[in-house]
Amino acid sequence: MARITLDNLAHSYSPSPKAEADWALKPMSLTWRDGGAYALLGSSGCGKTTLLNIISGLLRPSRGRVLFGDRDVTDLPTAGRNIAQVFQFPVVYDTMTVRQNLAFPLKNRDLPAAQIAARVEAVARMIGMEDTLDRRARGLTADAKQKISLGRGMVRQDVNAILFDEPLTVIDPQMKWELRTQLKALHREFGHTMIYVTHDQTEALTFADEVVVMSEGRVVQAGTPQSLFDAPAHTFVGYFIGSPGMNLLDAEVQGTTARVAGTTIPLGRAYQAPRGRVQIGIRPDAVRPSAEGLPFRLIRAEDVGHHRILRGEVAGAPFNLVVPEDQPIPATFDRVALDPTRIGVFVDDWRIEPLERAA
Amino acid sequence: MDKPVNNRAWFLVLPVLVLVAFSAVIPLMTVVNYSVQDTFGNNQFFWNGLGWFQEVLESDRIHAALGRQLLFSAIILAIEIPLGIFIALNMPKRGFWASLVLVLMALPLLIPWNVVGTIWQVFGRVDIGLLGHTLAALGIDYNYVNDPFDAWATIIVMDVWHWTSLVALLCYAGLQSIPDAYYQAARIDQASRWGVFRFIELPKMQGVLLIAVLLRFMDSFMIYTEPFVVTGGGPGNATTFLSIDLVKMAIGQFDLGPAAAFSLIYFLVILLISWVFYTVMTAQKDTP
Repeated sequence: MARITLDNLAHSYSPSPKAEADWALKPMSLTWRDGGAYALLGSSGCGKTTLLNIISGLLRPSRGRVLFGDRDVTDLPTAGRNIAQVFQFPVVYDTMTVRQNLAFPLKNRDLPAAQIAARVEAVARMIGMEDTLDRRARGLTADAKQKISLGRGMVRQDVNAILFDEPLTVIDPQMKWELRTQLKALHREFGHTMIYVTHDQTEALTFADEVVVMSEGRVVQAGTPQSLFDAPAHTFVGYFIGSPGMNLLDAEVQGTTARVAGTTIPLGRAYQAPRGRVQIGIRPDAVRPSAEGLPFRLIRAEDVGHHRILRGEVAGAPFNLVVPEDQPIPATFDRVALDPTRIGVFVDDWRIEPLERAA
Repeated sequence: MDKPVNNRAWFLVLPVLVLVAFSAVIPLMTVVNYSVQDTFGNNQFFWNGLGWFQEVLESDRIHAALGRQLLFSAIILAIEIPLGIFIALNMPKRGFWASLVLVLMALPLLIPWNVVGTIWQVFGRVDIGLLGHTLAALGIDYNYVNDPFDAWATIIVMDVWHWTSLVALLCYAGLQSIPDAYYQAARIDQASRWGVFRFIELPKMQGVLLIAVLLRFMDSFMIYTEPFVVTGGGPGNATTFLSIDLVKMAIGQFDLGPAAAFSLIYFLVILLISWVFYTVMTAQKDTP
């Protein structure tokens, strides 16, 4: 096991990249702590899988280095890295039985038979397939096959890291929850470094201690689920995390106030007059219906059980409110009040810090 | 839901029945008809029961030809299937070279049988052929006209040259359909090259290999034109395969009765062996 460091890493699938768009991964430096549970979150095509394949050695990065501990493994083939990876779609060895499938990675490392048998039993119990161990893998359903793939990923105990590439896509929802819990338990028990790629924020936020959010080949923020929610570093993070996402409004910021569509609202802190495209962002649960504040036009209300979502517009931009169940909603209201302490200011999509931190 | 029953629907399959009757059933029945009769010319036929079948089944000459035929098919399969798989594994997967190699591989398949025979007949001649002359110049005593072993070697090499491409192209298609994730998973699992072949490539090629084996078996078991052009069945009877013997009997001697019985037995043997191949090669697929 080792700490994994990505040092100035970049990758392009084209042999002679010219434009910015030719780079599947833009230059990044990132450290994955030994034994951490990470989620790599981003929409499809943002470079998550590319990054994963570079870590496991299936792909050689165009630039930069990959380090395991202090060892440079950039040119080391997959076999030399001792990493487990589970893919999005099930990969099983058709002609083998379930037992042989699970034992395959151990057999290739010439482990003693008794040890292999014990590990296979343990993993089979984990994925709930003890009864089908002697079935041939060919005839099984897609989710059974994916469980075998997961099992093969977890069967080696001495791996440097286990990488999951959207492994639960083909699994039905009930099983999904169960397997995710299993993975967490496994992580707690053995302390493997785990990197879990997903585009589903619920999956990412429940699995990981730390979430790395990617967008268009760039790491936009890495942090705990809470920090991503409270202080998104980029409008993409604000919008992508949370349901519904963060409300963003074009604004003019001056000192401790912001002007949105002719209305001045207070900010919790002072900001230097920023240049560029300035937006303020606020989570839907930090807004409440009010008699004064920003003019709001309600379009529809959704009751989702423990809270209600009010969807509408402020100054032509979509704007949502989340109102707790026990809090009454006025019969008519045309303004919303924003909690000043929870407003973030973004310039050209990136969050800027206030001048001095309020205590 | 009840399906309406209308017997007039049978008329709809009538055209197919008529076509199949004229293309297959009636010619085959003619052969069956000949096989149970004897004739001395003048279109006069006499009932002979199963006499011809008995004669064919007891003929030492035909037994020897069958033996040669089985040996020939066995050698052809033993060379062309592994060689075809090996070539397919080493063909470039994409890009300019892949297209070029595909065209080159397909070339032998486009050449008519008797032209292939003629090419090798000339190629192997000791006096003017490039191969024969070169071998003679190297001091190797090669002569496919006089030496049975050389005749066999020539025909086998010719068939390998002509048909290995088919096996290679079929296997290539099978290999191309394997998703990258399988190879990636094998690398993660630290499988050896042999492991990748044994547990990923071979199982995924099973379907196309079945087709390749059946096609190559049937074709080699029925081979006629190429050995006929190169050796004419000689020296002696060394390369007289079943079809060459059959044509001699039917057209050379005009023994219609025995030739018809021979044809039917020949047909049944091919059917039987193909069925055995099919059963054995698909058996594994169905076991849980």
